[in-house]
This record gives sequence, C-alpha cells and structure tokens, in this order.
Amino acid sequence: MKRDYLILLLVTLVAFTLPLILPGDYYVEVFLFMGINILVALGLSLLMGYAGQISLGHAGFYGMGAYISGALTAHLGWPVPLAALVALVATALVAALVGWPTLRLRGHYLAMATLGLGIILYILFVQLKGITGGASGLSGIQPVHAGDLYLDTPRRYCYLVWSLVILAFLFSLNLVKSRSGLALRALHYSEVAASTLGIDVAKYKLQVFVFSCVLAALGGVLYAHYITFISPETFGFMYSIKLVVMIVLGGMYSLWGALLGGAFLSLLPEFLHRLEDLEVMVHGLILLMVLIFLPGGLTGLIQKIGEKIRGSS
Amino acid sequence: MVVLDARGVKKSFGGVKALRGVDVTVQEGTITALIGPNGSGKTTLFNILSGVLPMDEGKVIFMNQEIGSWPAHKRAALGIARTFQNLQIFQEMSVLENVMAGGFRHTSSGFMAGGLSLPKVRGEMRALEKKALKLLEELELTPYAHVQAGELPFGIQRKVEIARALALEPRLLLLDEPAAGLTTKETLALARFIHGLKERGITVFLVEHDMDLVMGISDWVIVLNFGQKIYEGTPLAVKRERTVIKAYLGEKRAKG
Amino acid sequence: MAQLIQYIFAGLTMGVIYALTGVGFNLIYNATGVINFAQGEFVMLGAMLLYTLQEVLHWSPFISLPLVFILGGVVGVVFEYGVVKPLIRLGVITVIIGTIGASVVLKGGAMLIWGKNALAVEPLISEKPVAFLGASLNIQVLVVLVVTAIAVAIFWYFFGFTILGKAIQACSVNPLAARLAGVPVERMITLSFCFSGALSALAGGLIAPITLAEYDMGTMLALKGFCAAIIGGLGNNPGAMVGGLLLGVMEGLSAGYLSSGYKDALAFLVLILVLFWRPEGLITRGKGERV
Repeated sequence: MKRDYLILLLVTLVAFTLPLILPGDYYVEVFLFMGINILVALGLSLLMGYAGQISLGHAGFYGMGAYISGALTAHLGWPVPLAALVALVATALVAALVGWPTLRLRGHYLAMATLGLGIILYILFVQLKGITGGASGLSGIQPVHAGDLYLDTPRRYCYLVWSLVILAFLFSLNLVKSRSGLALRALHYSEVAASTLGIDVAKYKLQVFVFSCVLAALGGVLYAHYITFISPETFGFMYSIKLVVMIVLGGMYSLWGALLGGAFLSLLPEFLHRLEDLEVMVHGLILLMVLIFLPGGLTGLIQKIGEKIRGSS
Repeated sequence: MVVLDARGVKKSFGGVKALRGVDVTVQEGTITALIGPNGSGKTTLFNILSGVLPMDEGKVIFMNQEIGSWPAHKRAALGIARTFQNLQIFQEMSVLENVMAGGFRHTSSGFMAGGLSLPKVRGEMRALEKKALKLLEELELTPYAHVQAGELPFGIQRKVEIARALALEPRLLLLDEPAAGLTTKETLALARFIHGLKERGITVFLVEHDMDLVMGISDWVIVLNFGQKIYEGTPLAVKRERTVIKAYLGEKRAKG
Repeated sequence: MAQLIQYIFAGLTMGVIYALTGVGFNLIYNATGVINFAQGEFVMLGAMLLYTLQEVLHWSPFISLPLVFILGGVVGVVFEYGVVKPLIRLGVITVIIGTIGASVVLKGGAMLIWGKNALAVEPLISEKPVAFLGASLNIQVLVVLVVTAIAVAIFWYFFGFTILGKAIQACSVNPLAARLAGVPVERMITLSFCFSGALSALAGGLIAPITLAEYDMGTMLALKGFCAAIIGGLGNNPGAMVGGLLLGVMEGLSAGYLSSGYKDALAFLVLILVLFWRPEGLITRGKGERV
C-alpha cells in the first residue's frame, strides 16, 4: 500500500522534470496529451477494475467536457474556470441520470448501452451545429489564463495537466484504501455477498461511474482549452475503444494500468507515423493479444516479475 | 423476546408455489433450525428473510421493525448477517480484507471523504482492521490473514465466511447449510462453535440437512414440506413426530 | 401516400438486415452466453466478399451470393476457434472485450484490404425500378425481402422440425442434459457460430448493392442488430425478426419525416429505452436478465 504512494512520488518527479529536459515543444506536447489520455483512462480503470463495469462510451463524456466548456467560452465569452466547472457539473448530472438505470443491467447489456450512449452523444456533437459547430468543428475556444498570465505554451499547460493527473491519482489511491474502496472491491467479487454486508451496491456503482465520467470530462476540458479548436471525430467510438485498450494493456486490476497503458498507447502513433492506416487494426490486435496471452496486462507482468525476483532471493 | 417474526410468506416462481404462506418466529438468544426435504422451500424462505429474494406476500418483522420490502443491504445495517451455502467469499481478497468487509456497517465515511483521505476515514479503517484481526485470532485464522481467500481449503473458507458475518456484529445470524461439505470432525467443531455464539448473545437461525448437527444444538426446530410449515417444536419432539418422519421417509416408516 | 410506401419499404429493407444480424447475435448468445461485438463485422465481410467475387473476379451473382453465405460460415467457425475458445475460460466479460478487439481487427483489416472508400456492387437483377402503389421500388429491395423470406423459412423448418435443429436448441436450453442425451455439444456450438456467420454474411451480401460496401459499416449494424435482438428478447429468434423489421420501419419513417441526421440516434435511443424499461424484451418469452 505504501508502495503505491512511493510510485506516485516517483511519477510526480518525472512529470515535473520531463518538460524541462525534453528537446522541444513537440515532445512536450506529446507528453501533455499523454497526461490527458491517462486522466481519462484513470476514471475508466476505476470503473472497470474496481467496480467491474464496462463502458464503451467514455469518449462521449470526454466530448461533453470539451464541447460544453469550449462553447461557453467561445460563444458566450465565459471565463474558463466557470465554464469548466459548469461542464463538469453538467457531465456529472448526465452521468448520474444515465447511470442510475444502466448500472442495474448485467455486464454485456451495460457495454451495449454505454456504446449506444457514446454514439448518441457523437451524433449530438455533429447535429447541434449552432452550439458545436457541427462536423466543421468549434473554434474560438478561450485558452486558460489568470489575468495576464496565459497558460497556453506547451510547457506551462503540461504542468497544469500533469498536476491534475497527479491529484486525480492521489484521490483514487486514497479512495481505494478507504471504506469506499473496500466496498467497491467487495461488490466486484460478489454483489450478493456485498449487499448482505450492508453495502448499497447500486449507490457505489453509480458513484464510481459518475466519478469516472467527470474525470473524462475534465480531460475534455483540458484538451479543448489547449487546442482551442475541436471537432467531433476526436470524440467518436474509436477513442472509446482506445481507452479500453489502454486499460486492458496496462492491466485492469491496478490503477497504474491506466498510467502504463495510457503512456504506451499515446506513444504508439509516434511509432506508426507512416503507417497511420494500421492504427485501427493494431489497437484491436493489442487488445486480443493481451487478453489471450497476458490477461493481467503490463502491471500484471511487472508483478509476476517482481514475485519471481523476490522468490529467488 | 421475538427477534424475527415472519408471517404468511408466499412465493411463487412462475407456476411453482415454493412457499404457500409460512409463519416463522425466532426467539432471542436461541438456536433455531429450519429443516425439510429437498424442494420444501427452505432455501427460498432463507433468501427471502435475508433480503436477497423478494416475496410475493407476507410480512417480515425484525426487532419490531417491518423489513418485508427492504433490500438486503438495509437489513444488514440493522444487524442481520448471513452465510451462503455455496460460499460467496471474496475470492481474490485476503482473509483479513474479507473479514474487514464484514465490519462495513460500522463505518460511515463517504466517497469524497475517502478520496481526500480525511482523518476520520483513516481512523475508521484502522479500527476495522483491529477488530478483524481480533476476530481472526478468536477463530484461529490468524496464520491465513494475508492469504488470498480463494486459495484456501474449503473448510477454512467456510470459517472465513462465518468470521466475515460475525464482523458485522449481528443480532441475528443466518447460517445457510453451514455443515455442507464439512468432515465429521469439522462438523463437531462447528457445533461447538455455534453453541459458543449463543453464549455471546447472538441469535442463530440455520437451514441444515445434517440431522445430528440440528438435533444436537438446536433449541427449536421448524419443519417445512412443500412450501408449508408442517411442524415445529423441540428437537426431541420433532424426531418423534409422525408427520415429519412421513415427510422425510415416506408412509411405511412412519407407521413402523 | 407514395412517399409513405417509399419510406416503409426503405425501412423494411434495412429492417430485414437488422433482423438477420439480430438472429446472428441470438445464435451465438444461445450457444455461449456471449454477446458478439464483432457481429456487425460479419455483415461487413459479407458485403466486401460479394464485392470481391462479383466486381473483381467478375463471377456471376448467382454463384457469388451463395458463396458469400458459405464463406460467412467459415468466418464464424474461425472466429469461434480464434477468439471465443481461447478466452471463454476467463469469463464472459473477457470474451466480450475479446469480441470488441476482434471487431476492431476485422475493421482495420478490411480498411487495409479494400480501402476506405465505399464500394459499389451490382444488384442481383439489374432492372429499372418497379412502380408499386405509386412508389418507385428498387428491384434489389424485393430481392432482399424474398431471399430473406426463403432463408427464414429454411431456418424455421430446420430448427422446428429436424433432429439437428432441435439438438442445437437443446444445447442452449440445457447443455448438461443435452450432453447426457448424447448430443455433441461442442459441435453444436460450432454449428451455431457457423450459421451466425453465414446468415450475417448473407445479409451483408444482400444489402451491399443498396447501401454500398464500406469497411466501417459494421459498428452501426451491430448496434442496430443488437437492438433488434433486445426488442424481441435476447435469444428469441422470431422476436429478433419482428424487432428488426420494427426498428427498420421506425428508422425509415423518422428519416423521411423528421431528419436523416438523427435517424441513427433513434436506434440507440430505442435500445437504451428498452434496456431500461424492459430488458427481457417487448415481445415476451425472451431471456433478458436484470441484476
């Protein structure tokens, strides 16, 4: 348990020194977007790994955060912090509304329901042209600033993003060790038994679901206010799939899976640079290969190696 | 005083009438057993009492509180704990964590408090761990504290589930075929253990097939057949009762 | 009135495809309890294969379409052995994620092989549209309806009246009892996958001349096929057929009278509403499950 906080400390150190070392804005940006992906993946990791629920529509919540906050600043000139807050609250409400009936469903129904939801949101992003700019996208999103201090350079924004990532991990690690974490793990292994111990299963599932959607929306807010121009493709089904691959690759049963998986998949396009067309297929192959040959993901692998080392000493 | 009072409980599954109006009363500080041949409705009644299965008709009153429509988690919060015949321990959690989970109803911190790691939360979890360790010691499970529950032999897993139920500090403990799968030696130990619970002031209500266990420790025995209560009384009386023998063994034996 | 007929027939055409996809879902669900997220890709492969056989190799449509049916069956079996069997020991949720992976692989692979553009396929019978009650109907529409009717009739006979068909049903109702009765359960499951793939591929082959063949047509079809299956009650084949037709007609009418941009959203809205309100299906005797 203490080990997790040490790892977080290590990650914090890396996150704060890396932007200073990296040779150029391009690489800092890659690290920046990696942070955003990891933030969104963290929410999904809690949902999938601890509460045992699948969501195939998280890209939709990512988009909600981006579009609501973006539109409020672009069309109505609202200050960014206020717009961001509204976006998060609105997403939380929608997530609660949708989650309440959906989470009563069994695994495969939930997967389909969230898939459908993600697509409905995507269709809304495309159709509500007045608000979202439709398929041509939304521009004029305000960058983040406090008075005259603008957080719009890659390095500054990178610090903003990663500060939030660290805080989110801190919150999540605390949560896992708390009463709520115990309840979540219990209901993951046996909902019936958990309920007979006094755990309100529906309530906990809903709480995790809303939290994971809010994290996704936060990722969207961060994305929108850096790029200042967003369009629907970013928030489509493929991103929801990528998130699932991140979790499975990183390892479903550890929060660090979101970190490893997110990091790996964020770097993947850099390696597939010329072979963009392969991207879709590679994601699917990674998912299948990991499931068949490495069910615990990368974190599972690291654990096994750790055990072997300890075993032989 | 009456701890549990179920009246007129009815339950059907499609066309099958599993329970046709059953009345059950459990007195405080006693060990009450529910017996009956297979298909008599014991498990259905048990699941209804613990809140896992909804009933079609009837009333369930626990300590003067009507809980008939309450979901399982609310009943647990009142102090009703149960074990499962087919074991529902948390396989991939350690024994200690399993038992800690049992103490859930004594904690109260919320989602945000947990995430922010407020002092109250840390205090709660520490207290939970302490209590759980104490319970493990009492049940001689301490060597297994950090072992994954799923890797233990069946008899030990049973003990873990009982420990978990006890961590709830229940007023009423519902045991679902606790002797199932146990050796004779283990069953004897179980009998002694359940007797010990009675001395601690815990009311026990169990469903069981093992007649020796039932007759050996129960204060009161209720017999079901075909979804109806056909007899209830002391173990001795039940053993002699013709209708009971007939239900289990058929006409001829009853007459002889 | 003519417009209405037009919309209804357009809707029925797509509805039939949703129905066939829904039945494809049911066949695999009944055999293994798994929801196959790659079902839509089976349909897509059918469309793509028809394109290759008919437009690239220039084989006659009367050979290509049946061949697509057979190849679909092969795909189904390969899918069972490649994806489902290795993962089933890890639990149903893992298999579902596996089918998601498979669907992405198939989609990506199709994109590499056939490219990103929509591909045109010649209809089975190239005649001018026919006039019906004032509406102008594409002949292919009638072809789709007729072929599907024949396929449905054959399946109905097969499952209802042949020993093999009943054996497959027995396996889904009670595998243990079926095994004890001497039914080779594993082979029946493989047969289910085979039929599922074949039926879906056929659907793809039928619809390709009307909607064009595209590498990413699978996702929407899977969702709508699933919707059809859910409306009828998961596992209930006649229900899926009714559900698919209902969904198709609703879509056709809403696209015509409301807005075509939102027509896809309709299917998902219906799906979510049904899942919330009556997961066991609108038509009873389905096998839906609440927690």
